[in-house]
Amino acid sequence: MPDERHILSLLVENKPGVLSRIAGLFSGRGFNIESLCVAETLDAGISRLTLVTKANEAVLEQIFKQLNKLVDIIKVTDFTDVPAVTREMVLIKVSAKPENRAEILRIVDIFRCKVVDVSSEHYTVEVTGDQGKMAAILDLLRPMGIKEIARTGINALSRETKGRNGGR
Amino acid sequence: MVAAEGVDTIFGFPGGAVIDLYDELARTDIRHILARHEQGAVHAADGYARVSGKVGVCLVTSGPGATNTVTGIASAYCDSIPLVVFTGQVPSHLIGNDAFQEVDIVGITRPCTKHNYLVSRVEDLAQTVREAFYLARSGRPGPVLVDLPKDVVKAVTTFKETSEKPFIRSYNPTYEPNVKQLKKVVRALVDAKRPMIFAGGGIILSKASADLTKLARRLSIPVTTSLMGLGAFPGTDPLSLGMLGMHGTYRANMSTAHCDLMLGIGVRFDDRVTGKTDTFAAQAKIIHVDIDPTSIRKNVPVWLPVVGDCRVTLEKLNALLDEEDLSEVPARREKWLAQVDEWRRAMRLAYNQKDIIKPQYVVERLHALTHGDAIISTEVGQNQMWAAQYYKFQRPNQFLTSGGLGVMGYGLPAAIGAQVAAPDRLVVDIAGDGSIQMNIQELATAVQYRLPVKVAILNNGYLGMVRQWQELFYDKRYCETCMEHAPDFVKLAEAYGALGLRATRPEEVDGVIQKALAHPGPVMMDFRVEREESVYPMVPAGAPITEMLLV
Ligand SMILES: Cc1cc2nc3c(=O)[nH]c(=O)nc-3n(C[C@H](O)[C@H](O)[C@H](O)COP(=O)(O)OP(=O)(O)OC[C@H]3O[C@@H](n4cnc5c(N)ncnc54)[C@H](O)[C@@H]3O)c2cc1C
Ligand SMILES: Cc1ncc(C[n+]2csc(CCOP(=O)(O)OP(=O)(O)O)c2C)c(N)n1
Repeated sequence: MPDERHILSLLVENKPGVLSRIAGLFSGRGFNIESLCVAETLDAGISRLTLVTKANEAVLEQIFKQLNKLVDIIKVTDFTDVPAVTREMVLIKVSAKPENRAEILRIVDIFRCKVVDVSSEHYTVEVTGDQGKMAAILDLLRPMGIKEIARTGINALSRETKGRNGGR
Repeated sequence: MVAAEGVDTIFGFPGGAVIDLYDELARTDIRHILARHEQGAVHAADGYARVSGKVGVCLVTSGPGATNTVTGIASAYCDSIPLVVFTGQVPSHLIGNDAFQEVDIVGITRPCTKHNYLVSRVEDLAQTVREAFYLARSGRPGPVLVDLPKDVVKAVTTFKETSEKPFIRSYNPTYEPNVKQLKKVVRALVDAKRPMIFAGGGIILSKASADLTKLARRLSIPVTTSLMGLGAFPGTDPLSLGMLGMHGTYRANMSTAHCDLMLGIGVRFDDRVTGKTDTFAAQAKIIHVDIDPTSIRKNVPVWLPVVGDCRVTLEKLNALLDEEDLSEVPARREKWLAQVDEWRRAMRLAYNQKDIIKPQYVVERLHALTHGDAIISTEVGQNQMWAAQYYKFQRPNQFLTSGGLGVMGYGLPAAIGAQVAAPDRLVVDIAGDGSIQMNIQELATAVQYRLPVKVAILNNGYLGMVRQWQELFYDKRYCETCMEHAPDFVKLAEAYGALGLRATRPEEVDGVIQKALAHPGPVMMDFRVEREESVYPMVPAGAPITEMLLV
């Protein structure tokens, strides 16, 4: 059984220790976490946690069941089978030598992203999009000298709005 | 508040962080059993829970008191035993400060509790306690830890008693099985030519052994159990195959390999059971009934999964079977049962009692002289396996053992807890000379509370089970498994105020057991047994379970 990438969306109780229960479950059972993204929903008592993992079918079944078994987890959805919007945000600090500045701004324009900080030495660029877009812009900026990046990890919402989640 | 959960007994050990709680406890009707080590308190609560069917409760102090409970909690977690463990904690304003006797016990026990809590406000205390007991006893049972900062328990609050089940939106165990699945199960059970039932701890936890026995008998299906399932089906029933797995019986393991249908119920297909998983029950379709979905398809492929409570499921299966014509069933099973019987006759559990006491002989004599009716706890190792093989358990909750974690030192405190729960029953800890030394201090607890537990040490002077592996798989290099020095157990018993007895020759065994049984207080029996006796059959770890080493 080959490993496949899955985006899991979890609604969890917004209580202390919940994140370490989830992280501990993954490390203790040897499951893999590629990225993790978490914040409150409209209901301050509930957080949404978006988690990307790589697993084969059998392991994914265990991940699903084990997550559901944690008392503080309210709901787990696998966005692999559900139409969903997925986005990631990256901040890229790229060195901005005078001869490259125009080129960087052109790339920023083409990718419809933003320069959010400017100094004499570098630009910080904010990019939002799917993973393909991230990879493409990073490839283009790399020759100019990327100093640092910070990624949020994937965030996702299902496309169907059956109102099931009560506006969370 | 705790009394409102039906608690009348607490096992514990005091300290600064819980001194206020102890002060209050003295003013209630709750009985407190003072253990001699917090690990002992948790195992005792575990034994108490198994025998009484209630939630076992512990109370210990912060820091070292809390860390000492971890092994006991982990054992109860592996065996799905309902416990609530209250730990003291430093005052809230000091948490995180490396304060005196502070540990993050909630962090430490996160992976070995069903759930745990740090109570930060006294107003939350009542709700938390109710949730803790509800979680511990419902669904797949397990230990729950509640960490109580000193200021929270010192604060005063009003407590409203309520009998309502607490609502936890994210927790809702499935007791009712899917009826469509059950109809398929009935069809498969009736039609199978070579069916068998593999029953485990879940049957005992859900009090389903009568329903299981009824189902097996009316369908003439042989039953094997896991170590944790011993007593779930009467060990002397002609349909009983005994235990399966690494030290399972020849007939149980052979039946597993040849059956065409296996109903696994309340079991988790542990690696001690399956051996090499791709050869386990390779000819069979497996039906798996379990209340915890994570148990299903974790280790073996399952043809028909049923999520539900064992007892509810068996009741429904029996009701569906009432509508079936079962007259053809006995004929359909004839060949299979004959085959099983052939395996039974081909290779029985056996040993040869000559001049030196055989450990198996001691267990068989214990079985005979206690009329098979004692509650047996065990330590871990060979003693545990011989107890499992040679004591024929008739009833659930008659056999207490640390199965999943395999904790040496479990048996004596568990026996104490069992005796507290069942003061009129005979309770015997079948022990090894190594394990008994890990919680021997609890003999003082037994003496103090006049709990007449009997300890039968199968004294081989070795860490026998490890020695056996060294004999078989490490060319007899007995590295650090010889217990060169041991206390004189008879004198030690006397020093604690218990009765000490010793048998060195086979003809002394009965006399010692009879004396122990006649004595009204706790007894420690030192049986000097054959030093290099091994447990057979044995399946080497990771091998197919049909590849048994026989004597
Ligand atoms: C030295 C040593 C040797 C061992 N050798 C063997 C051996 O040869 N053979 C052997 O069998 N074991 C052996 N064991 C024990 C083994 O490690 C496991 O503890 C044991 O096999 C597990 O038993 P079980 O499958 O019944 O599961 P348990 O641990 O008893 O788990 C119970 C299962 O039932 C489920 N359940 C709980 N409540 C309910 C309910 N109400 N309704 C439905 N389901 C429920 C749970 O979710 C779980 O899946 C050995 C242990 C030691 C220490
Ligand atoms: C706390 C703990 N430490 C180590 C082990 C590993 N272990 C398993 S069986 C065993 C030997 C037990 O020896 P003894 O109690 O004398 O029993 P015997 O096997 O001789 O009956 C050991 C060391 C264990 N199960 N538990």
